[in-house]
Amino acid sequence: MKIPENVKYTKDHEWIRVEGDSGWIGITDYAQGELGDVVFVEVPKVGTKLFKGKSFGTIEAVKAVSDLYAPVAGEVVELNKVIQDSPDVVNKDPYGEGWMVKIKIADKNDLGSLLDAAAYKSLTGK
Amino acid sequence: MKQTAFYEIHKALGAKIVEFAGFEMPVQYSGIIDEHLTVRNKVGVFDVSHMGEFEVRGKDALQFLQKVTVNDVSKLTQGKIQYSAMCYADGGIVDDLLVYNVGGHYMLVVNASNIDKDFKWLQSQLKGDVQLKNVSDDFSLLAIQGPRSRELLQKLTDVQLAAIEYYHFKRGTVAGVPMIISRTGYTGELGFEIYFDATPVTGKKVWEAIFAAGKEFGVAPIGLGARDTLRLEMGFCLYGNDIDQTTHPLEAGLGWITKLDKGEFLGREPMLKAKESGLKRKLVGLTLPEKNIARHGFPITSKGSAIGQITSGTFSPSLQKSVAMGYVGSSYGEPGSCITVSIRGKDIQATIVKVPFLQK
Repeated sequence: MKIPENVKYTKDHEWIRVEGDSGWIGITDYAQGELGDVVFVEVPKVGTKLFKGKSFGTIEAVKAVSDLYAPVAGEVVELNKVIQDSPDVVNKDPYGEGWMVKIKIADKNDLGSLLDAAAYKSLTGK
Repeated sequence: MKQTAFYEIHKALGAKIVEFAGFEMPVQYSGIIDEHLTVRNKVGVFDVSHMGEFEVRGKDALQFLQKVTVNDVSKLTQGKIQYSAMCYADGGIVDDLLVYNVGGHYMLVVNASNIDKDFKWLQSQLKGDVQLKNVSDDFSLLAIQGPRSRELLQKLTDVQLAAIEYYHFKRGTVAGVPMIISRTGYTGELGFEIYFDATPVTGKKVWEAIFAAGKEFGVAPIGLGARDTLRLEMGFCLYGNDIDQTTHPLEAGLGWITKLDKGEFLGREPMLKAKESGLKRKLVGLTLPEKNIARHGFPITSKGSAIGQITSGTFSPSLQKSVAMGYVGSSYGEPGSCITVSIRGKDIQATIVKVPFLQK
């Protein structure tokens, strides 16, 4: 199971990769493994405001559905069009091609409460 | 928790194991969609040893089965299999099952989750010279399903598999192991189910022979996850989802196995009445325009009024769309009609279609 060092994690198994005040959000390798084959990712339109810890979308897998929670507050500035046609990239490349939304982070202080790779690793018990 | 004879094999293959009906069972190996397509295009092997088997013997066995099952067992000659259901007196379904005429006695194959319930129910209905025995732990059961299944198994047996018709079986050996070779399955594909000695040593021998013989056909192990998507594409009912003690066979679309004119049987009276007065609801197939999945228990509405509930739903890997089954009031059940499914608070228009979803 991959837990890269260059992203921050939530207890709900999302990750966020930060560059400046931009953040890319997706789900972790652990999460995609637990969900199984992802068939649909429902995310809000560009311009939508996200609130830290609140659900902003859903991931449909064959066996189960899961909410997506915002790691930090922000505004959606870009959607990953690849996952609409090929949702299986979430399984194949959860930290790369499988990103879901890009946001403009509202307050970078929010990042302080997120987990680093070591803390996330102990959370998943792997 | 129980394990089948193949448990160590599943673990060694890296299967994701879940608890199902008191057994530790493989839910997936490579992934549900991949496994699903293997069965549709090549051949897959399912461990379904958790299913229950009962033997029914005695002079009055036929009479007993005529009373407790809805299909006409008098038509079930040796070597044949019947899909059937057991009902309570009120028509509610105890379980759906297969009935085998093994010659001299019958074998019932029931859902794993219902083994204890079914056995107690059947015991409570015993009358005359009938011996009922739960032999579930004596059998391993593998399902070999897919267009290449016959070629694969033929390499391991002298039994002429092409001569076994659908819902018939023969006794013979596969990989040197004596077994019942049954031309049945839960996938809609050409396929066989084989019943044999439950010891792990025998299981390993049969499993390894099948995978060696099947290599050239691209054989792969298939978990319970794909078993569910495969059966749902065919519109086959799953007990506990689409049928249960609150539904009767006619509204579940199982009129074709319910022989109301065969004479008295449990559940017949209420079903005759329901048929006379017109069915109140029926199980229908639905397709959804988006890839949201309509899951068990989601409400179905029409013009704002509740008209029913989803019983099963999934993403169909073959059709690449969201499909579901559910009960609706009979007046809404015409194919082509539009209804609304509420998916976590969001209303999605769905269209009623005939099952099977996948036309074979």
